Amino acid sequence: MAVDTPPVLHATGISKFFPGVIALDDVELALYPGEVHALLGENGAGKSTLIKCLTGAYSRDGGTILLDGKPIDPRDPLSSQAAGIGTVYQEVNLLPNLSVAENLYLGRQPRRFGMIDHRRMVRDARAVLAEYGLDLDPARLLSSYSIAIQQIVAIARAVELSGKVLILDEPTASLDRDEVQLMFSVIRRLKARGLAVVFITHFLDQVLELCDRATILRNGCVVGTRRLESVSQTEIVTMMLGRQLEAATKHHDAGPPGKLLLSLRGFARRGAIEPFNLDIHEGEVVGLAGLLGSGRSETCNAIFGAQAADRGTAELRGAPLQIPNPRAAIRHRFALCPEDRKTEGIVGDLSVRENIILSLQARQGWFRPLPRARIEEIAQGYVKALDIRLANLDTPIRLLSGGNQQKALLARWLATEPDFLILDEPTRGIDVGAHAEIIALIERLRAQGMALLVASSEMEELVAYSSRIVVMRDRRQVGELRGEAISPTSIIRAIAAEEEAVA
Amino acid sequence: MRHSTRLPLYITIVTFFVAYAACIFQFPNMLSSRVVANLLTDNAFLGITAVGMTFVILSGGIDLSVGSVIAFTGVFLAVILRDTSIHPLAAFAIVLVITTVFGAAMGAIIYYLEMPPFIVTLAGMFLMRGLAYVLSTESVPITHEFYGWLQSLYWKAPGGGRFRITGLLMVLSFVAAAIALHRTRFGRNVYALGGSAQTAQLMGVPCARTTISIYAVSGGLAGLAGIVYSLYTSAGYSLATVGTELDAIAAVVIGGTLLSGGSGFVAGTFFGIMIMGLIQTYIVFDGTLSSWWTKIVIGGLLFTFIMLQKGLAWATTARIPRANVSAARS
Repeated sequence: MAVDTPPVLHATGISKFFPGVIALDDVELALYPGEVHALLGENGAGKSTLIKCLTGAYSRDGGTILLDGKPIDPRDPLSSQAAGIGTVYQEVNLLPNLSVAENLYLGRQPRRFGMIDHRRMVRDARAVLAEYGLDLDPARLLSSYSIAIQQIVAIARAVELSGKVLILDEPTASLDRDEVQLMFSVIRRLKARGLAVVFITHFLDQVLELCDRATILRNGCVVGTRRLESVSQTEIVTMMLGRQLEAATKHHDAGPPGKLLLSLRGFARRGAIEPFNLDIHEGEVVGLAGLLGSGRSETCNAIFGAQAADRGTAELRGAPLQIPNPRAAIRHRFALCPEDRKTEGIVGDLSVRENIILSLQARQGWFRPLPRARIEEIAQGYVKALDIRLANLDTPIRLLSGGNQQKALLARWLATEPDFLILDEPTRGIDVGAHAEIIALIERLRAQGMALLVASSEMEELVAYSSRIVVMRDRRQVGELRGEAISPTSIIRAIAAEEEAVA
Repeated sequence: MRHSTRLPLYITIVTFFVAYAACIFQFPNMLSSRVVANLLTDNAFLGITAVGMTFVILSGGIDLSVGSVIAFTGVFLAVILRDTSIHPLAAFAIVLVITTVFGAAMGAIIYYLEMPPFIVTLAGMFLMRGLAYVLSTESVPITHEFYGWLQSLYWKAPGGGRFRITGLLMVLSFVAAAIALHRTRFGRNVYALGGSAQTAQLMGVPCARTTISIYAVSGGLAGLAGIVYSLYTSAGYSLATVGTELDAIAAVVIGGTLLSGGSGFVAGTFFGIMIMGLIQTYIVFDGTLSSWWTKIVIGGLLFTFIMLQKGLAWATTARIPRANVSAARS
């Protein structure tokens, strides 16, 4: 990479407003030929919005885009592609029902006497794919190849059609380790050919392995652009999260944990989570820390059976246990409050009362309805215990504030009297007051002897309630923090893997 | 796995020949050029309709209007030849323009108003049937001498089979459709639309033009089928060919085309038509069976082929290797 050459793509002052939100504020991005440039940031930082402005999927509200020094104004993905900017998304945007060659050449098939020349198309496709290190039969259906191969075919099509800038939006998100390496070898070839590649991912390891420079976004602003060889991982993480590494907040002493409740050995799900071991005791809160996409939610879902693990063994109080689906988990008194309560949790139009008793009723079986008085008692009890603020129990749950919805969801699972409660991002999108109450509630449940597993991206929060913190990166457990070692700083260090976590 | 998309086609072809062999085993007289010629002649209008339906279904759509379009065409031709002195060839040209434009209009509504093809072509079905009634509620005979001349054109094969011009038209339609679908960009765009309209759009397929063309082709071929049907019956009747659209859909599905679009071959449709015709011929030969047995057997066949497609789809996806890394590393 040579910085003294002019950038192939230079976007300056890019702004994008949505009603009530500034999605991008005066963002600058410069891409040089022959570099792999990472675009980093937590969810909502503006990475996707920036990409969509560059490819014309969104019309930007301000700023200029220079491609080879000339201003361009793409109106849709096709026009940006014609100008030279190709994009490949996580989900393959090709046609599985056509052959590999046809996917490469759709719309520009070689013709002879007005008819498509299939033989030449397949021959050309084979030659093109050979440049990407793929030796396959292009006459076969695209769907007969793995996602990784399809992804590379998508890259080949994008490069053939555009050829200057290639934007890869989380191309490795659903690939396993070997496939990621295959993808990297393709990207390195393109880099050697002088393309500018934008690489978006949540996996910091992959960024450091592959990329030359990185632009870090936070809340729609560029925090900085760095050459990756000159920065530490901690610095990047700090820039992404925007947190000062302050001294540890107060940490309670949870006392010794109780009896061993659940023991997982070699638990894994292909393409989602690498094998991990985990012991959870009664009266213990295990925190799960890690960046977005590090495998926190996947871990929760695997344990609950929502995305069942395909390897590994589990023991509940010493007895072997199978968790193929959430019903089995619920039967063993597990409970999971999912991350996205809007789509996975609440049933918006049902009343608060119905939402609270939903899981309990489901466990009872639908043919043994709970008596009305008992429903009332449970719902009233939890509304009072969790201080859910509402007009009355018949209010549809969607009318409640985020914090109260979250508490009602918690109530739903607490009503099943679980032994083991999994909370995935319990405080996302709720206000400060409710935040504190939920933390207090977690502490109270722990004191009552419940075992909890809490995944969160809020370091301070994890520090406040966890007896132990498991740190995850790239779908693997990379460390465990206990007792005095728990602090936001140590979590960030463990995520950045600059020092081995002290057990 | 390599030929997984062709497997249903092969199965249909094999089914046809096995069924034909079984028929011959029971009624040796069925092995004659007469039976073959009648298979082609009797099913010509349905075959031509099914060609258009194959385009539509490959693109992930459906066209319920074709049966009504055939009836309308027949009545239109009969009335115009009775009331005016226009030459039938000119009348053919007019009716083909009408039906093609009608199909294109449905395609435009489907694309631009983002309406489900089912509803739009259902409306088209009622509209065309209604127009046919408006022209005439009675069956109108066609007595033009040009019709007589066209009907007298045939090639008499050894064994007494009469291969007529309508059967030839059907075979030509199938050949032309096969070339269009496999050797032109339009044809590949039809498959692309059937794979995923959204992805096709992102990949630069001219979706508007393709959708409109597909329904225009279906409407135009239904018009041609109407002409063939009027030659076959020498009359135009507004109550004719009720439910033909469903027979056409059945032939397409038995021919191995995926009802959800994107996969299938027009050659399969040809053999689908032939299988349906063969069942009817068998019932005629048997003489004791009710003609409703045709429907029962077609129902059973349809169900079998849908199950088969489901099974094949399942077998194909289950066998995709996770990564071809060893083959792909260089």
